[in-house]
Amino acid sequence: MQDMRHIFSIFADYLSQYFKTRLAYRTDFLGDFVSNLVSELINLVFIVVVFTHVPLMGDWTRDEIIFIYGFFLVPYALFSMFFGFWDFNERYIIRGEMDRILTRPIHNLAQVCLESIAPDRIFGVITGIIIMGYAAIQLDLSFYWYDVFIFIGLSISGALIYGGVYTAIAAVSFFSDSRTGIAPMIYNIQQYGRYPVDVYNKAIRFVLTYVLPFAFVGVYPAAYFLRKEVWYTYAAMTPVVAVIFFGIGLLVWNWGVTKYRGAGS
Amino acid sequence: MRKLYMELIRMRFLTMLAYRVNYYSGIIIYAINIGAYYFLWGAIYGGQQQLGGLTVEQMTSYVAIAWMSRAFYFNNIDTEIAQDVREGKVAIEMIRPYNYLSVKTAQAFGEGIFRFLFFAGPGIFLISLIIPFSFPATATGWGLYLISLMCAFLINTQINLVTGLLTFFLFRNDGMMRAKRVVVDLLSGLVLPISFFPGWAQTVMGYLPFQAVNYYPSLIFTGAITTERSWELIGFQVIWMFVILVPILVMWRLARNKLVVQGG
Repeated sequence: MQDMRHIFSIFADYLSQYFKTRLAYRTDFLGDFVSNLVSELINLVFIVVVFTHVPLMGDWTRDEIIFIYGFFLVPYALFSMFFGFWDFNERYIIRGEMDRILTRPIHNLAQVCLESIAPDRIFGVITGIIIMGYAAIQLDLSFYWYDVFIFIGLSISGALIYGGVYTAIAAVSFFSDSRTGIAPMIYNIQQYGRYPVDVYNKAIRFVLTYVLPFAFVGVYPAAYFLRKEVWYTYAAMTPVVAVIFFGIGLLVWNWGVTKYRGAGS
Repeated sequence: MRKLYMELIRMRFLTMLAYRVNYYSGIIIYAINIGAYYFLWGAIYGGQQQLGGLTVEQMTSYVAIAWMSRAFYFNNIDTEIAQDVREGKVAIEMIRPYNYLSVKTAQAFGEGIFRFLFFAGPGIFLISLIIPFSFPATATGWGLYLISLMCAFLINTQINLVTGLLTFFLFRNDGMMRAKRVVVDLLSGLVLPISFFPGWAQTVMGYLPFQAVNYYPSLIFTGAITTERSWELIGFQVIWMFVILVPILVMWRLARNKLVVQGG
């Protein structure tokens, strides 16, 4: 516990350093903000255009799917804020930076996360909440006071699921000395959780629930707020899945570190 | 000089070949994407026969073709240029006796050939086993598709050069390159055929170069249009190539005078 508190205090220090370096390039900071907004909104175009041609996708209406997308953005933003090591293999394995990480006093995964932390991705949370808000008004959803806490819990769980899977994939770099492109992989797979899993066939639904549980980042937890009672059990399982998959990610990572041999100079 | 560029293309091809994990993950990614859109469109169509002028079969082959074309024209040279600029390597590139931008294009081409042979080829074969699929019937059809695809590659590479060169002026533009990727995927007709968009949007998109990146070659591949119309589309692509060349040359000129090496 003492250790965790130590990690959090270091996180705060890195945060302030981060903003200092980011604000040195002010136009870039603004540009990044606008660019992120554009890429988040453009995914809505697909949904909106498709629904000008059809009334339903599976059993889901347009606004329900927009709500799911809005929800998905929140855990995704948290994930990309803390697990920003897209170039892990390039930076830490090929250039040998991992050697330096291993000499640091805190846990090596925490150290890697710290060095690549991207707090400006937090804006994705705001975009997500705005999109959800719009859909909630259209759907006339009502919320209870405790939904706020459930929302926070489910969002953090979703971010941990992504974090676990991503950590495990990144850890593959420890075992193979070839250059693995992990970033495009996660970039491409993540869009699955954004649409209701029941539109896919059984095999994909199984994979998204039990193998790469991205359905728990988008559609399952969002179904709770949409009051789709069929999916309540899945929504309730989200934190459990988060603990399991983050645990697996951590195990694979720790195991990988023992297999690590310095590569670069 | 030509020998140099041939060598660059060959080298990039071999580098791509050397990293086997890249190869396998690439195949998985393309299979996943095509599969995802296949099922998604299945759900969108539901019981309907036609949407936006396409039947469900036409739509699935469209998706497959569009992704396979992307395998050839897609590359990351904007990120590579950005990295060279940030690390100051570009200063050395500038004094070398070749044109840096042509070198990047040649490398992208090597990558494109690799992806075409090893992702698109086997990918199209695999998909044709599962999804009912018609190939261009004639040699002319194939020829037109390949010419148009080559133009698509050049236009997309030029767009990447533009975003890459912006690094000279903005210092860091990772976010912009990320947004560019999403914008190109959407407006080129990769995730959504252009005919699905409302009329006014189609008009606006007609004035943008993105359709030339994916929609035109895919349209030619399906054989839904006449040979004359195909040549017309290729003509548009060539015009776009010249138009985008202008900002590239201007920015490159400015960049040489403006270079600020940030460390390195």
